[in-house]
Amino acid sequence: MSTFFTEEHELFRQSLRAFLEKEAIPHIDQWEEDRRTPRDIWKKMGDMGFLGLSYPEEYGGLGLDFFYDVVFNEELGRCNSGGFAITQQVTQYMSCPNILKYGSEELKQRYLPGIISGDLISSIGITEPGAGSDAQNISTTAIKDGDHYVVNGAKTFITNGVYGDFIVTVVKTDPEAGAAGVSLLILEQKMEGVTSRKLKKLGWHSSDTAELNFDNVKVPVENLIGEEGRGFYYLMNGLQLERLVAVPAAVTGCETAIEMSLQYMSEREAFGRPINKFQVLRHRIAQLASEVEALKAFSYHCCEMYANDIYDVKLCSMAKLLATELCEKVATECLQFFGGYGFMEEYPMARMYRDVRVGTIGGGSSEIMREIIAKIVIDGQGYVKPKSSGNGIVERKASTPGGNGKSDNGSTDTAETTPDISIEEIVSGIQAKASAVDALGKTLKFDFGGEQITIDGTGADNQVSASNPDADCTINLSKEDFHKLVSGNLNPMNAVMSGQVKIDGDMGLAMKLQSLFS
Amino acid sequence: MIKNYQLPRKVYATEEHAMFKKTVEEYFKNHVLPHREKWEEQGYCDKEAWLKAGELGLLGITCDPKYGGMGLDFSFSAMLIEEQSRYGAAAPGISMHSDIVIPYIEKHGSDFLKEKYLPGCCSGELIGSLGMTEPSTGSDLQAIKTFAEDKGDHWIVNGSKTFITIGYTSDFTIVACKTSKGAGSRGISLIILDADMPGFSKGKPFKKLGLKTSDTCELFFEDVKVPKENLVGELGMGFIHMMTELPRERLTIALTAIGAVRGALEHTLAYTQERKAFKQPICAFQNTQFEVAEIATQLEYHCAFVDRCTELLGEEKLTAELASMAKYHSSDMQCKMIDACLQLFGGYGYIWEYPIARYYGDARVQRIYGGTNEIMKLMISRSIYADFFQEMKAAKKHAQKQMAAAAN
Repeated sequence: MSTFFTEEHELFRQSLRAFLEKEAIPHIDQWEEDRRTPRDIWKKMGDMGFLGLSYPEEYGGLGLDFFYDVVFNEELGRCNSGGFAITQQVTQYMSCPNILKYGSEELKQRYLPGIISGDLISSIGITEPGAGSDAQNISTTAIKDGDHYVVNGAKTFITNGVYGDFIVTVVKTDPEAGAAGVSLLILEQKMEGVTSRKLKKLGWHSSDTAELNFDNVKVPVENLIGEEGRGFYYLMNGLQLERLVAVPAAVTGCETAIEMSLQYMSEREAFGRPINKFQVLRHRIAQLASEVEALKAFSYHCCEMYANDIYDVKLCSMAKLLATELCEKVATECLQFFGGYGFMEEYPMARMYRDVRVGTIGGGSSEIMREIIAKIVIDGQGYVKPKSSGNGIVERKASTPGGNGKSDNGSTDTAETTPDISIEEIVSGIQAKASAVDALGKTLKFDFGGEQITIDGTGADNQVSASNPDADCTINLSKEDFHKLVSGNLNPMNAVMSGQVKIDGDMGLAMKLQSLFS
Repeated sequence: MIKNYQLPRKVYATEEHAMFKKTVEEYFKNHVLPHREKWEEQGYCDKEAWLKAGELGLLGITCDPKYGGMGLDFSFSAMLIEEQSRYGAAAPGISMHSDIVIPYIEKHGSDFLKEKYLPGCCSGELIGSLGMTEPSTGSDLQAIKTFAEDKGDHWIVNGSKTFITIGYTSDFTIVACKTSKGAGSRGISLIILDADMPGFSKGKPFKKLGLKTSDTCELFFEDVKVPKENLVGELGMGFIHMMTELPRERLTIALTAIGAVRGALEHTLAYTQERKAFKQPICAFQNTQFEVAEIATQLEYHCAFVDRCTELLGEEKLTAELASMAKYHSSDMQCKMIDACLQLFGGYGYIWEYPIARYYGDARVQRIYGGTNEIMKLMISRSIYADFFQEMKAAKKHAQKQMAAAAN
């Protein structure tokens, strides 16, 4: 027994595995054929208590520790159906944690018991036809009109978006405000104006994937999750869990592929001997087995950190990157062991091969993972976990370097004192930095609420002044935060992402802050 | 127009090639691509597509005109294969039919067989397939079990074949059979079985990871009575006949690979210029630029090798080893490059209505059929070490003789 799992974890694993071997695995061929996972499996899983492992008991959950979720995902990975696994993961780890962490008590009472019992199915609507990982550029709008929002726009690649009940939808409540205008709103599938189109996919056949259209959908204001304008920050906080749960499932998926291959290779003969006697094939297995074992150790390491409330963006991103890439390698090589049978649907590897392909795309592509990792290891962008608040799916906050993050209720938990400095001092201080970089080409204004400084980069050089013109981009922030930006104690990207500073106008210009203050 | 980064294709340089390319384009755009979704649903392509291909002179390209063929050299076939693959069209299986089945009959068959089958093959009225692989035997051909028992004026054939490309829609199959037991490779013969012969039955088209418009199935032979004149080539020489055809078969796979990569790259170039992320077209990201540079480079490198093989085949000088190198390396390259293309499409790459998902599904089997790439390496290395192993064998024999002499 591993050091990460207690006897109770293992007992849970046995019962879950027995359940899946009886109720899921024999039916997956049919689900793949039907292009959906039927509702009754959700209900059966709910009855067994599998759908609220780490959700609080008051909503019907079991309040268990995160390693039960690890077991849950490992066993999902053994089913050899990425489609089935994703339908469960989306609900459990991607859409509903937003309700649990940030939703009103009313929303929690309305949705969570149904999710945990298996009566309700949810999805998360982030990606749009024109915006993938850059979620701040979404164009779905929710405009407040009295006691409701009017939602217009479209989402795509939405798992559970055809047969689900509700969508945790990323909308712009302030279309002009960039990341600070993003909010999370619950739309029900049956609301008037919500339509869905089922997409045909290369793999993941037992899951439904939708393109959703919202045409003047009236959504009660009570359906807003948390606060307006905080959606981007909520999303960013959820990403680590979303990426992390893919890892244990990937490990067991790889292990299953190797097990199936070993079985086949011991039975199949070529040139008068079983093919597991050929040196090249033996070496390939040895290599794959080694890489999977290493990934498994890394997976447990990351999961343990998460269970201990350590929010490590770097490790989670690395784990997601390595796990999904290794899945592709394992599926590709194991299919090859099966020869012509590998290409046939009657054998298991064809499904695994097409299912794993989306791993390096969904949940932030491998390229996005490398971007994040590069920002951390090269540019020194950092994330530090603030105070702890429990096990499993609990609130985790992104913080800025030095722990000077803003907590969720808006209080600033910084011990630093900020010197009271005049606008003139700021202007002269910033002029030196601004002169050192290329002219911005546009005007950028920092609004401190009453006072402001402006960098006019339309000429040959950047000119800093205390004037107040109409700027291409305005950054609203406190003088304290500005001081932290200048002194390097606040990372501009983090500050934007966490909503600590608000940006109006040209986002591209705001992105240049990094170079201005580095 | 040839861009600076593309090699001039000397093998396709004539005026006739340019005209031929237009016919090919017209055929695929008007008679194949519009039906693709329907064919994917049913798992095979309609006969009309074959007849149309015959009408346009796209079947039996290298076949003698006296049998209805076009009498052109292989470079025209090569161009057709490459273009078909570029369009991402797995069906109809023209190459299997024209570049594998027809040459077997034309080169090894009797006049009777040529007159009986070739005109129909060239018009598209008859579709032919080739039955080599069996459920328990892939590249290890000597171990096949399908047996043709000599009954005087006819054979009685029993056994089964699997993974037969266009097996479901074909009207006849050239079947590799054992005609004498215990004779190893010398006991294998090629016999034509017509699909309507009593005792010949077919499984449903297999469901596959890719090549969804092309049918692949199992064939079953139960006491099939076959006239003696259906023997292709010489009795017991089937293995040798098959070996002589290998270079062309393997080259068709390499040609398919470079065509597919070209098609996928074209789609990818269009997409990366249209699609924006973080407010810029994704071709503005260095990662995209490097990926595309890699794909274009790999493609041109492989074109050079494959074109040389096409030339050598025309001169009847292409060896099985060189063809194996082309097959193995081009198909490996194809899988890697199309994977990279799909990645640049992001989520859309996984959606079936975007073309790149289809290229991806179709690519995977290229490393498997026609002899797996592992088998290719085996063939290549055997040839490399041939002298060494021959000497070792001789030395062993010599030692055994000496030991036997000493024992006496």
